[in-house]
Amino acid sequence: MTGDSVPVDQPDSAPAAESADGAQHLSTAPVAIHDMTVAYHRRPVLWDIDFDAKPGKLTAIVGPNGSGKTTLIKAALDLIPRASGDVHFFGAPYRTVRHRVGYVPQRGSVDWDFPVNATDVVAMGLYKKIGWFRPVSRRYRLQAMEFLDRVGMVDYAKRQISQLSGGQQQRVFLARALAQQADLYLMDEPFVGVDAATERAIVDILHELKADGKTALVVHHDLQTVPEYFDEVLLLNMRLVATGPVSEVFTPENLRATYGGKLALLDQVGHRMTLDPNRS
Amino acid sequence: MTSPTGHSTARGPLLPGLLLALVLGLALPTASAAGPDPAHDHLHRVIPLQSRTSISDTRFQWPGWQKLSDTLLMRQYNTRIVLLGTMLLGIGAGTVGTFMLLRRRSLVGDVVSHASLPGIALAFLYIELAYPGGERSLQALLLGALAAGLLGVFCATSISRFSRIKEDAALAIVLSVFFGAGIALFTIIQKLPTGQVAGLQQFIYGQTASMIAADVKLIGGTSLVVIAVSALLFKEFGLLCFDEEFGRSHGWPTTKLDSVLMALVVCMAIIGLQSVGLLLVVAMLIIPAAAARFWTERLGPMTLISAGLGGVSAWLGGVVSSLFARFSAGAVIVLVGSLFFMLSMALGRRRGLLPQLLNHLATTKRVGRHDLSRALYEMLEPRLEQTGSDSGPDSGPDSGPDSGPDSGIDPLCQYLLVHDRILARRSWSPRRLAPLIRTAVSGGRLEVVEGGWRLTEAGAADARLVARNHRLWETYLVLHADIATSHVDRDADLIEHVLDPDLVDQLLEAVSQRYPHMGMPPSPHPIDSGS
Repeated sequence: MTGDSVPVDQPDSAPAAESADGAQHLSTAPVAIHDMTVAYHRRPVLWDIDFDAKPGKLTAIVGPNGSGKTTLIKAALDLIPRASGDVHFFGAPYRTVRHRVGYVPQRGSVDWDFPVNATDVVAMGLYKKIGWFRPVSRRYRLQAMEFLDRVGMVDYAKRQISQLSGGQQQRVFLARALAQQADLYLMDEPFVGVDAATERAIVDILHELKADGKTALVVHHDLQTVPEYFDEVLLLNMRLVATGPVSEVFTPENLRATYGGKLALLDQVGHRMTLDPNRS
Repeated sequence: MTSPTGHSTARGPLLPGLLLALVLGLALPTASAAGPDPAHDHLHRVIPLQSRTSISDTRFQWPGWQKLSDTLLMRQYNTRIVLLGTMLLGIGAGTVGTFMLLRRRSLVGDVVSHASLPGIALAFLYIELAYPGGERSLQALLLGALAAGLLGVFCATSISRFSRIKEDAALAIVLSVFFGAGIALFTIIQKLPTGQVAGLQQFIYGQTASMIAADVKLIGGTSLVVIAVSALLFKEFGLLCFDEEFGRSHGWPTTKLDSVLMALVVCMAIIGLQSVGLLLVVAMLIIPAAAARFWTERLGPMTLISAGLGGVSAWLGGVVSSLFARFSAGAVIVLVGSLFFMLSMALGRRRGLLPQLLNHLATTKRVGRHDLSRALYEMLEPRLEQTGSDSGPDSGPDSGPDSGPDSGIDPLCQYLLVHDRILARRSWSPRRLAPLIRTAVSGGRLEVVEGGWRLTEAGAADARLVARNHRLWETYLVLHADIATSHVDRDADLIEHVLDPDLVDQLLEAVSQRYPHMGMPPSPHPIDSGS
């Protein structure tokens, strides 16, 4: 698989990718979470998470509501405090490698009535490059347009963001993250409430990222499409239930353990899995 | 889903305090001196205790012509700088207010100003007791105001952060408790043998005209600093207000940025106390920004408009206040500002009520026009289908309707349209139909003939076009419903403006197979030339 080619400064990335189980010490994985526990108001929401992302793979984070999917991403990105454990990106603490990590928050996290247009939002992904105090010059606006083009939104560049459909808003968010040209992308529910065209566009982008040797961790809610869209899966319900290649880990038993057996869909999914000829 | 908010509310009062101290220091190097010093008397705000008027004073004097022109043309040095200072204050408040409005922190300015009252009173008492009979400087009183204001904000944020009280409740609690404490202290001051509360009333109601050069320097200087910081950090503040978490994930120090923004607000609120009064400071921060939002969908223009409106309201307030000595400048500034707000709400180009209403009416009219055109086409359609043989009652064209355009007369124009039959077509009431027909007649799409109407050439073309587009849309939805509706601008009239030419060609073919008589391309413009 060509996806294992990981950007330049990691000569030893391939062996790290191979040793899937264990070996968290000084991992150079795109993201290595070690023994992470997160609590809100004394109530732990994530327990002892150990996870190494495989470089160059698309990984789905799957779990029921309240299972800590969003918390996992936010805690990894230091957006909420961790009760214990540590997280390394490309073998370094997050604050030293921020530019290599792109983040796509949930669409509902911002006020879409805000007075900005699509280009303005995408340009925010370039602010670090622009630097303190400087205004967004024409050069950067043009760059932002290029990234809008990549998600098929260039026709909507001047639209105020509340006049975009949910899917279009999601694509703007994606373009903002792409503008950062990171090596790892963490996306929080990018597929929620989007139309078929956006779903297609996001999947295409994910595949482009993978072809470029980048890694993506995507919180995903639609079990049906997990085998189709992703290589790896992380099953989460406050604890890590299972993680690994979709073909090995995405089993009815594991899903039942994750969702507590209350999912009638599970058998169907399992059925689909066994019938899916594309799975290796 | 729970979301952590702990970090976003962390606002240390330290930074705002430092910044204001810096500003005070910059604007007025001698600000810290509180004692009387005859040599620098012009620099020290001496509040003449007995000369102050209260809001209940109703004596009124029209200004003379001379004074009017002097004020408006800013002939006098004093008027000039007072107006200039007030205007800078308005501009600064409008600028910072934009960010506060967008950050949903509209009430913070109110909390700062109300919470400052006990600080003013305590500073007054301290000076009164420490230097009995001495004079009170504005700077000392404002420093007291600043300390109390910061304490108020700190209390509010702490309450909402460490308890289950929500932020709005915390703000309301702090605001009223501090204000109550201030009023109580004022009562004590009044009971003092030497104490006079009158001089402090300007902080409640505001009085621009009483400002002297030194005050103006302080106010103008602070405003300039606030404006400059806002301009420098414009992009960063915008990011903070729109998506704080994303900014933090990129390594922007959002907590510090937030503190700086809070510091600017605190500065403006404290500086505005004297001219606008603590009751109304919040209006200066929020009203211009709220008004500006109606005119634009971009942050930059919104900030500029807000600053402009703030400046103009403050300037007008200053003018009125200096013309009518007993008029509270704060009240005038707020009234002018709210006039702008109401005008903006009514007329604002982007979100005003009137443009929205007009937009709505235009849409209703367009929809009505389309409905009528399509209804007429569908009425006549069965007759078109009887091709050639018996195409019209009035005339006997020698060709079928398919070759209509060639014969010069559209077959659609040949039929008499009767009122009751149109009415029956779509459950229209006569009252609904009448204006539709009137518009069609005045628009040259229908002509009045005996017993009813007849389509004109233009009307026939329009009817075909509307019917065709309607069917293309329907076909599109039937054939390609799985393609995202987000590819479709629901507002577009013409399908070829929305979909790519290949798809339109496909649809045309599908439609013309079902409706061969539609004689498909009556479109007024080439369909695939747009590519």
